[in-house]
Amino acid sequence: MKNHSQEYISHTVPIQSATFTNQVNAEIRRAAETGIYDIRGGGAKRRVPHFDDLLFLGASVSRYPLEGYREKCDTSVTLGTRFAKYPIELDTPVTIAGMSFGSLSGPAKEALGRGASAAGTSTTTGDGGMTEEERGHSTKLVYQYLPSRYGMNPDDLRRADAIEVVIGQGAKPGGGGMLLGQKISDRVADMRDLPKGIDQRSACRHPDWTGPDDLEIKILELREITGWRIPIYVKIGGTRPYFDTTLAVKAGADVVVLDGMQGGTAATQDVFIEHVGLPTLACIHPAVQALQDLGLHREVQLIVSGGVRTGADVAKAMALGADAVAIGTAALVALGDNDPKWEAEYQKLGTTAGAYDDWHEGQDPAGITTQDPKLMARFDPLEGGRRLRNYLKVLTLEAQTIARACGHNHLHNLEPEDLCAVTLEAAAMARVPLAGTDWYPGKSSF
Amino acid sequence: MQTFDLGKRSLRELNETLHAQKSMTNQTRWKIVNAKGNHAIAVGLDAPITVSVMGSTGYYTAGMNKHAAVNIYGSVGPGVAENMMSGIVTVDGDASQYAGATGHGGLLIIKGNASSRCGISMKGIDIVVHGNIGHMSAFMAQSGTLVVCGDAGDALGDSLYEAQLFVRGSVKSLGADCIKKEMRPKHLKILKDLLKRADADAKPEEFTRYGSARKLYNFDVDNASAY
Repeated sequence: MKNHSQEYISHTVPIQSATFTNQVNAEIRRAAETGIYDIRGGGAKRRVPHFDDLLFLGASVSRYPLEGYREKCDTSVTLGTRFAKYPIELDTPVTIAGMSFGSLSGPAKEALGRGASAAGTSTTTGDGGMTEEERGHSTKLVYQYLPSRYGMNPDDLRRADAIEVVIGQGAKPGGGGMLLGQKISDRVADMRDLPKGIDQRSACRHPDWTGPDDLEIKILELREITGWRIPIYVKIGGTRPYFDTTLAVKAGADVVVLDGMQGGTAATQDVFIEHVGLPTLACIHPAVQALQDLGLHREVQLIVSGGVRTGADVAKAMALGADAVAIGTAALVALGDNDPKWEAEYQKLGTTAGAYDDWHEGQDPAGITTQDPKLMARFDPLEGGRRLRNYLKVLTLEAQTIARACGHNHLHNLEPEDLCAVTLEAAAMARVPLAGTDWYPGKSSF
Repeated sequence: MQTFDLGKRSLRELNETLHAQKSMTNQTRWKIVNAKGNHAIAVGLDAPITVSVMGSTGYYTAGMNKHAAVNIYGSVGPGVAENMMSGIVTVDGDASQYAGATGHGGLLIIKGNASSRCGISMKGIDIVVHGNIGHMSAFMAQSGTLVVCGDAGDALGDSLYEAQLFVRGSVKSLGADCIKKEMRPKHLKILKDLLKRADADAKPEEFTRYGSARKLYNFDVDNASAY
């Protein structure tokens, strides 16, 4: 028989730790069972200050807008005007970021080329070299020059429209890469001069130069080999954007590509992705400041990447001083990556649509981040190209809509004055006023 | 023989002139005088021509060479013949760091010594060094052959893939996953051929072969301390 006093004793409600969350504990258990860190693709998934924390002010009495459908708002951009004889001219400032053949299938690379070309923009190779699919279908192709030099050869260098010297990427600044053995098909192995089936490590730094003085000479060599015809970009991960931009420009870059921590990778350690580097929003102002201090803002172009998803993101990056943006993860989603139509298969892999990030394992149900012929056959490069073209058009139209609403007849006329921030953190990082004030952290009140 | 004076004309003119030589050119022999340590001399050549560089050079001499024979009558700075695809590059003196880095093919001959990271990430090139090589040579070397007639520094062949290494003298230390291997007749044959082509005064039997233990080819947490 129940005691009256026991029945009415109050019990402490179970409290989940904010430090040791279920997710954290699950990762501890996984690590304890497997003895290996988690490797995944994509960029930072944690919430960090981002373009969502900025708003455009729009026009009113003090600014007048352009008619949304009738008045011209130019979107063209020219990249590489500093030294190259033939700069790259694009219809839209939204470019496709470097992604490797090996990480992606040949048809996926073809689709990126098709979509980008139809939208009037450039695409970019990646680790592993240039494939015929992407060269053949890309009107403007940027050739990445990477530490691994997998597939690197002077013939491809000469048939590129620009060269991008990759020093770092936002997902893993200071880190190299790893293409696991299961994705090393005969073709991938042949292009990389390595045996089939072994893990292929990509070095974290270049094998034949160290430091900005060497980089200047390396850029000289690349220019001499290509006859000073094509632009040379330098890609940096978001770490110390003021100094890195300054040094890249000093070394002779025509274009600086700046990738924040939301920028994706094919594969690296989760701890690296989530804990190293700066949010994209925090990178832009210091890089623009560096270019302005050098007197080269707009003469050396700045491409920003890492978490660009919408035309609003494009417009915000440009208002902060970027000349163009690059998309990677968003382009894959446009092609069909993480599409809910494959949900049953994502479930079999222990994940769900939208969260799938084990791109390195080569089992992508959408047939994009794989070298498995059966999975690759699911992906139609023509349809993928059409979808990417549509998506790029929408990004451009959205950015135009915002620019017109702010009274600008070119996307490049967007400026920080068009923006406000809805959080203190975003205001501090972007150096735009907190909404409803004329102040941002660090700005003197006087 | 055509003579190009780098004291009177620019590097850009030099490389532009050499790039203009196609496979059927009758101007097959070139002499470059007053090299004076310039960087990027004779880079990106793509024709079966012979280029003689009189004097020492800076970075990336004969970088990304295809088909050409480039002879440097002096010493070279970092990255000589980097990413070479084919042809022959011969250095009369010493070579600085990264000699033959990432080379895919061809033959690099260094008649003096080579500094650190010789043959780093090599991908098919053959390199013969008459003298010694520095530390971390053949780091992550993928394929091709490195022959050292003298001694090798620390961490030879660290994280080696399928490149073959032959050293006649001492090796200060081997890098991770690089081990001494048995010399078989086919290796002696490769060595004999390379030594002959490089005009090196050494016998194949005097060399020791090193290669990959292949234990790091697929990630294993129990090997973490070796990475």
